[in-house]
Amino acid sequence: MRWSIGEVIHLSTTDPAAPVTPTVPAGADLQPGTPARERAVGSTEVLCFLLILIGILHRPIGALMADPRLQTWLTVFVSVMVQAAPFLVFGVVLSAVIAVFVPRSFWARALPRHPALAVPVAGMAGVVLPGCECGSVPIAGSLIRRGVTPAAALAFLLAAPAINPIVLTATAVAFPRNPEMVAARGGASLVVALLMGWLWLRLGRTEWIRLPHRAHLDGLPRMAAFWAACRHDIIHAGGFLVFGAMAAATINVAMPQQLLHDLAARPLLSVLALAALAVLLSICSEADAFVAASLSQFSLTARLAFLVVGPMVDLKLLSMQAGIFGRRFAARFAPATFALAVLVAAGVGTVIW
Amino acid sequence: MVLAFLGGAILRASITDLYLRYVKQGLRPFLIAAGTLLVITAIVALLQELRQLNRTEAGPDDDGHGHGSSGPAVGWLLLLPALALLFVVPPALGADTAARAGSALTDNRDVAYPPLPPGDPAELTLLDYGYRAVYDHGRTLQDRRIQLTGFLAPGPDRQPMLARIVLSCCAADGVPIKIGLRGQVPQAPANTWVRATGRWIPHTAKDPVNDADVPYFQVEDWQHIPAPAEPYE
Repeated sequence: MRWSIGEVIHLSTTDPAAPVTPTVPAGADLQPGTPARERAVGSTEVLCFLLILIGILHRPIGALMADPRLQTWLTVFVSVMVQAAPFLVFGVVLSAVIAVFVPRSFWARALPRHPALAVPVAGMAGVVLPGCECGSVPIAGSLIRRGVTPAAALAFLLAAPAINPIVLTATAVAFPRNPEMVAARGGASLVVALLMGWLWLRLGRTEWIRLPHRAHLDGLPRMAAFWAACRHDIIHAGGFLVFGAMAAATINVAMPQQLLHDLAARPLLSVLALAALAVLLSICSEADAFVAASLSQFSLTARLAFLVVGPMVDLKLLSMQAGIFGRRFAARFAPATFALAVLVAAGVGTVIW
Repeated sequence: MVLAFLGGAILRASITDLYLRYVKQGLRPFLIAAGTLLVITAIVALLQELRQLNRTEAGPDDDGHGHGSSGPAVGWLLLLPALALLFVVPPALGADTAARAGSALTDNRDVAYPPLPPGDPAELTLLDYGYRAVYDHGRTLQDRRIQLTGFLAPGPDRQPMLARIVLSCCAADGVPIKIGLRGQVPQAPANTWVRATGRWIPHTAKDPVNDADVPYFQVEDWQHIPAPAEPYE
């Protein structure tokens, strides 16, 4: 079990350590693993095999796709991917730039000494760090490792994926008729992040957090680390985005409109339903606004809950937090965040709409 | 490799007009840029891999835990949209969506409706026609010949309706706008694109799916047209 947690960390690390100052003992890199040579050939072979298979089965597959419902599913699925792709790619590139070219020690120096003050500063720092939640988990872990008070790092962890410019731009694009959604999302997310930070100061215990030690891009030349971070993030976040797009398309096509209509008509239930959906779908925060926009039967408040909860609590984040901070931490942190996010989103939504 | 495929697929869709089936026109430059970046990332990965192959031993470039440059297994899922874009090329939303989703005319847009554009017949979008017909009670539509373009979708009574999908962002949020037809109703299979000329009639019905208003249109003349490059309104 320890090993599998370690594996999660490896997979999810998107923040390469500052290449200048490798902190990890040299032995940390020497883990058992298949040599890269065999793996590379293996994946290419699988791909070729798949392509040949598709070439042969082209017509039967086409016939299979003739069903109108399946076609609609596929159209919606592809359109979510196509729409989200630019945001995903640019977000990943920017976060790789910052992760590789801004030394981590900078964040530690920039924060005030007093923990209660460091929380809002760290939360606001999320504004300038464009990235999706997959990127912010390892960064928050490394901030704590660098001596930043956990409360501040956690406020950053929650705020960064929700209030950075790329995500807010995506939200504005997705809700062209409701520009206030951008402010509502940014404000509600920031409030939740700060409250969670201060809550941690009062109730949190340091021993819940168990940080692993290592960062796997140490020692790479900068450009190599940059491209490796990009590639890793796109593949990782993109893969989860495919999951999300499939789920969204399934809901779009399979869910009877009447049920959504009924669910959407009940204010309280619809907020909870979309918040739960955000947890299940685990969509990257750079793309979730488009999915939220597609849930047009629901009230704006319910969709705001979707947008506030999504970047803070979801299945993929849960696994990443368990990996980076330890399971005891994740088991307490995630439910508390969920409850707080739903409350704040419902409150903000009620005030605005 | 997966990235190269995805990038290539996106590039191909955005250079041709295919992307218009899924997203709005304004996204095109971003799609091209994103596709290019994906391809570059893939090429760099390939170069790094080649360099690694040339070494006798795995050097510091080896990240040491076996997922190599192909990334975690979840990355394979990225092949799905790429293959769908390259080989299946799902069609634009059509009659299936129109049948399942409720019409877009649900709330009054409280604006003064300007006079119709000049020309005989006057060309209108379905949405514009719908708003003018339902919420302006056809005031601006009277005594004019009007031309509407859309695809045929069977209505609840199996009679063809004229429909079009309205996007606010991408096909995932597409909502149909439906117009009921009278007079020379085009008899053609669903999803056939037609350009219909006719007049407004003071009759509206309710969409059974969501209680939206469905205005009617008296068709005098119609013709088949090829599906437009920009299928949405």
